[in-house]
Amino acid sequence: MKYLKFLLPLAIFLVLVGFLMRGLSLDPREVPSPLINKPAPAFALAGLEKPDTTFKRDDMLGKVWLLNVFASWCVACREEHPLLVEFSRMKMLPIYGLNYKDERIAGMKWLASFGNPYEASLYDHDGRVGIDYGVYGVPESFLIDAKGVIRYKQIGPFTPESIETKLIPLVQQLKKEAGI
Amino acid sequence: MIPEIGHFSLWLALGVAFALGVVPMWAAARGRADWMAMARPLSYVLFALVSFASACLMASFIRSDFSVLYVASNSNTHLPLQYQIAGFWGGHEGSLLLWVQMLVIWMVAVSLFSRHLPREVLSRILAVMGLVSVGFLLFMLLTSNPFDRLFPVPADGRDLNPLLQDPGMVFHPPTLYMGYVGFCVAFAFAIAALIGGNLDATWARWTRPWTTVAWMFLTVGIAMGSAWAYYELGWGGWWFWDPVENASLMPWLLGTALIHSLAVTEKRGSFKNWTVLLAILAFSFSLLGTFLVRSGVLSSVHAFATDPRRGLFILAFLTIVIGSSFTLFAWRAPTVGLGARFALFSKETALLANNVLFMVAAAVVLLGTLYPLLLDALGMGKISVGPPYFDSVFLPLMIPTIFLMGVGPMARWKASSVPDLASRLKWALGATVVCAVVSGWLQGAIHLLATVGLLMAFWIFSSVATDLWERVRPEGKGFTEIRRKALLIPRALVGMMVAHIGVAMFCLGVTMVKTYEVESDVKMAVGDSTTVRGYSFAFKGVKDIQGPNYDATRATIEISRDGSKITELSPEKRIYRVQQNPMTEAAIAPGITRDLYVSMGEEVEGGAWIVRVYVKPFIDWIWGGCLVMAFGGLLAVTDRRYRRKTGVAV
Repeated sequence: MKYLKFLLPLAIFLVLVGFLMRGLSLDPREVPSPLINKPAPAFALAGLEKPDTTFKRDDMLGKVWLLNVFASWCVACREEHPLLVEFSRMKMLPIYGLNYKDERIAGMKWLASFGNPYEASLYDHDGRVGIDYGVYGVPESFLIDAKGVIRYKQIGPFTPESIETKLIPLVQQLKKEAGI
Repeated sequence: MIPEIGHFSLWLALGVAFALGVVPMWAAARGRADWMAMARPLSYVLFALVSFASACLMASFIRSDFSVLYVASNSNTHLPLQYQIAGFWGGHEGSLLLWVQMLVIWMVAVSLFSRHLPREVLSRILAVMGLVSVGFLLFMLLTSNPFDRLFPVPADGRDLNPLLQDPGMVFHPPTLYMGYVGFCVAFAFAIAALIGGNLDATWARWTRPWTTVAWMFLTVGIAMGSAWAYYELGWGGWWFWDPVENASLMPWLLGTALIHSLAVTEKRGSFKNWTVLLAILAFSFSLLGTFLVRSGVLSSVHAFATDPRRGLFILAFLTIVIGSSFTLFAWRAPTVGLGARFALFSKETALLANNVLFMVAAAVVLLGTLYPLLLDALGMGKISVGPPYFDSVFLPLMIPTIFLMGVGPMARWKASSVPDLASRLKWALGATVVCAVVSGWLQGAIHLLATVGLLMAFWIFSSVATDLWERVRPEGKGFTEIRRKALLIPRALVGMMVAHIGVAMFCLGVTMVKTYEVESDVKMAVGDSTTVRGYSFAFKGVKDIQGPNYDATRATIEISRDGSKITELSPEKRIYRVQQNPMTEAAIAPGITRDLYVSMGEEVEGGAWIVRVYVKPFIDWIWGGCLVMAFGGLLAVTDRRYRRKTGVAV
């Protein structure tokens, strides 16, 4: 028994190795979402900059649009943001921001200093809508088609490649489907 | 030719490292003095070969040899020379070579300065370091060779990531790695002692200066990285709890615990098992950090581009090194005696509590860093753990640690009386409360959290002052007596006091910035001005300028207070020509009691700009405190008892 406690570090370490081993075969940026091909959860949220306007999911029906979850406390968002700003200039589709678990002022300041690619930003202070959408890491983005169905989910920041190879072709396809 | 020669010398180095890992180890087990004598020459040869390979890579960078893939990916002909040199460690392959380079520097230092060690001990130590370098050389040669050629040869390189084009890049990685890898020495001493069964006070005395030096480098390296993030990223933050930052913080926490534990083992012969475990852990966490950065198991802003083979290799290496060390520990530790006994209230207990607190702190950082991975591996979904977690678990651990920092140095070995301690520290406690409240009031508001932080900072200041006063208190003769007594204080002790003052400065800086910083984002056109905390920032205009490899828009902002001009700041928005990335160069007017920080956001209509202005009180104390801590370490390693034994000191 006396010897057992000295084996403890080894035992803990081996458990850790097991996890790290498993971790190697997982991609931290790729997660299948159960929401793909399901209708986007309904929401009604106040705008970030305009607290008295309300945005609802159904306002968006008929449009192909992108919902991008961001927060001023999110480090990875800063990496993604310039790309989104650039992408928004192409005017392929409206991008809406979901300001997730953030303070209103902080979110607005953040957009002011890093650029605002959004048509409008929705203010999800308590993260309720985020939960409905299954947001677990920020940034995340949802591509929603004209019928209000989620067709693609990007976990983590977009990269120039993922915009080029995944997002743009998919947007074009969805627009064609909807006949826009 | 140069890259091939460099590549070849790495293979030779692998062979030599293998010989160094095996022959002296075997010879020490058999007591063969003739073979053990090979250990030191082999370590010199290994050092020469690795340094030669590094020189070859450096030469390829300076000559802008874009036929080398690694050079082509991290350099460019228009890159200023200092960044071409820093491009050496701008990517995965080169930073591995830097890792090995640092390892062999430490190895050669051990060879040179530890000649007085018993031959078996020195042979085992060098052999362990040889084996570690085998692992890293193999890793480099099999999965990440920095000398791989690229054909067809590109006309120009892809350039060093613009974020890295900063003086910080020249100094931060080598310093950090020097510290990170330096724990390998303490590790090698520990393994050698476990194998040889000579885990005693002498072993602790040998290990101490090495650990302290590695810790100094790590402290300075982390501080540099943090200061760099502060002025380069343009967000005004200084610590983000990013996995890679955590990877350097964990060895630091364990190294700090190790330094304290070694003191007990040397002075009292106690805590041997703790000390040896900490020595193994500190280096294991350095390796684990390397794994986290290189394998891509976590997403981080620092992580290098990844290749699954690399992750697997380094995990296997990690398992062999750490697994065998812990096995050795489990086998040998039960036979190690407990050392001198001590009472519940004693310096030993305070230091034991320090060890436990630092280990728990390292464990919570590890948990926070790996939690996303653990949940993911268990199929429980993905999450990200952010600053709220770390802030809320770290602070409660630091409060008792810092409380003990005041009590520990004043407590006596073996047994200490609580009423005695309390009466010796009562003035310190009073001064702490008064200073904390007054300085909060001077800053304009008293917040609960700020008061806690200020109490912590002033508690250290005043307890160190009390400790010092007790040591120099004159018995009648006044000033000359104070001087005489002050000169008698061993330098190691002065080092400890200085390092603790550094912690106090750090606490003060963190508290002040967290609570009292003022931030303002304003839209400014030429002629506009804004006032933050009494400082008036006037926007004088923008002009376009050309750097060596970037084009920039530079704003001029004049800062004045009460109508008199203090300084002019020129933040920039740069576009680096090769990679076309926009970069924000913040401009900072540093000061002892506050930094004025200005960075540029986007241009808006009519030539106006979004300008972000911060007044950050006492922020430089954060890094100043780290430098003072490291300076305390320097004082401690230059203590007379290391100098007298010619050699142990570095």
